[in-house]
Amino acid sequence: MKKVLMGNFAASHGVRLSRAQVISAYPITPQTHVVEELSAMVARGELNAKFIKVESEHSALACCIAASVMGARAFTATSSHGLLLMHELLHWASGGRLPIVMVAVNRAIAPGWNIWNEQTDTLSQRDTGWIQLYCASNQEILDTVIQAFRLAETVKIPVMVIYDAFILSHTYEPVDIPDQKTVDAFLPPLKNPEVLKVGEARAFGSVTSPDFHMEFRMKLHDTYERVPEEFEKIEQAYAATVGRTYGAIEPYRCEDAELVMVVAGSLAGPTKMVVDGLRQKGIKAGRIKLKMFRPFPTKPLQEALKNAKKILVLDRNLSPGTGGIFAHELRSALKGDARPVWGFVAGIGGRDITPELIESMFFDAIGADAPVSTTIFKGVRL
Amino acid sequence: MLEIRFHGRGGQGAVVASKMLAVAFFKEGKGVQSFPTYGAERRGAPVAAFIRVDDGPVLYHHNIYTPTHVVVLDPSLMKRVDVTQGLPKGGFILINTKLHPSDFPSLKGFDVHVVDASEIAIKHGLGSKENPIVNTAVLGAFAKASGLVGLKAVLEAVKEESPIKIKKNLAAAEEAYNKVE
Repeated sequence: MKKVLMGNFAASHGVRLSRAQVISAYPITPQTHVVEELSAMVARGELNAKFIKVESEHSALACCIAASVMGARAFTATSSHGLLLMHELLHWASGGRLPIVMVAVNRAIAPGWNIWNEQTDTLSQRDTGWIQLYCASNQEILDTVIQAFRLAETVKIPVMVIYDAFILSHTYEPVDIPDQKTVDAFLPPLKNPEVLKVGEARAFGSVTSPDFHMEFRMKLHDTYERVPEEFEKIEQAYAATVGRTYGAIEPYRCEDAELVMVVAGSLAGPTKMVVDGLRQKGIKAGRIKLKMFRPFPTKPLQEALKNAKKILVLDRNLSPGTGGIFAHELRSALKGDARPVWGFVAGIGGRDITPELIESMFFDAIGADAPVSTTIFKGVRL
Repeated sequence: MLEIRFHGRGGQGAVVASKMLAVAFFKEGKGVQSFPTYGAERRGAPVAAFIRVDDGPVLYHHNIYTPTHVVVLDPSLMKRVDVTQGLPKGGFILINTKLHPSDFPSLKGFDVHVVDASEIAIKHGLGSKENPIVNTAVLGAFAKASGLVGLKAVLEAVKEESPIKIKKNLAAAEEAYNKVE
């Protein structure tokens, strides 16, 4: 059934169709409609889940961890400062190998107070051990939430489903909502044998001495090696049942492109339009949409970029002193590569990124052999 | 591509109107996108909401600076907000007002349409006399005045998207459609 849905409600439907059993959230700003709608779904009897309202995001994730340890399919949603408050528990969830799924809506971080779009909140959780998947449309949000549960439960690593505040979260777009039977065929009930059971002595989160701790971390790292392959299998299974696929990356007109721009999130749509416009002017432009950030899809990116002469990255985030985080990661993935990489930073704190601004980045790269600096801010008023 | 901007006051239903109109276009097979002004909305403060309509999926995600169409839900905004900002000469503007298009000399050169949506809303018991909820009446008027979307699709959208008083909202939309030239 196709409906015109805002991104937050697309996420809520994804969670409903995934039959999440425990949902815990803190309902105050920077929270979004995701959990508001889920609590209504639970109240209306459309979703058989326990909704636990708590007093902070830290507690919300703690609730999900407890539920997941007991074998329940657990979900939470948050944003910016809420996500930062969860930071400690993010490590607990991944270290505990708990298949929790979270929606994180990208919002800027204070000061000054700013609820608008920026991706620094999720990117600064890079090293917490969570898989990160960025979405470019409301349809992709719904589909990715459902896929995320299966991925998390397959590799026993929690998954963050991420999308841009307002640009997707509060924007209405047509979304196809699959029926429950179709989703059930793709996502079986969670059977997690590694749970605490009454009457069976086990421990979670107890002391691990130097004799053991390192192996836990190494195993988590090793499992990450399998994630791209498992994600691909899950995408194929989703395509077979529900009928849509996205890929860890989505290259567009890259085969013969001399300039390729790499973006994540809702910039995928506008950059596609800009590439089409540049092609009409005879400029060989392409773009890559990055969906998976953790693990970083190094090999597919290298492959998609193999013919590019100049590489551009458009970051809606900032690591002060380093620059755009996606650009930093891409440079690391292309180490030893002599091709110039333009690292553009724009859209910080919800500043609008227009097609003209994106186009100007391509022209910057066309007009020079190398970038003037490692990080180039665009759309700045000085 | 159509780019439509709604001007209203917080709590008047501009955001709901933009969504309903997007649904109506969607029902006619169009690609649509609807979004509010991104900010902290307060009751009574001027707000804007936007929709894009295209033959295929809408992939753009930037703000709308040069709308093709403007809809004004609250007549008092005409004095406070530059409702024609970015609207090209000859551009469509629909105003909820008791006045006549010729009563707006500053809008000379634009394609001005009027509807007394407040009166229609009050008549059908939508909102209060002081604070009528005019969005569904305005949508009926928009369908007729613009000719871009059919009454049937608008009524279907109103039926699906009205949180309460569905019959009254349907009646208001239809009456406005019939009253506008």
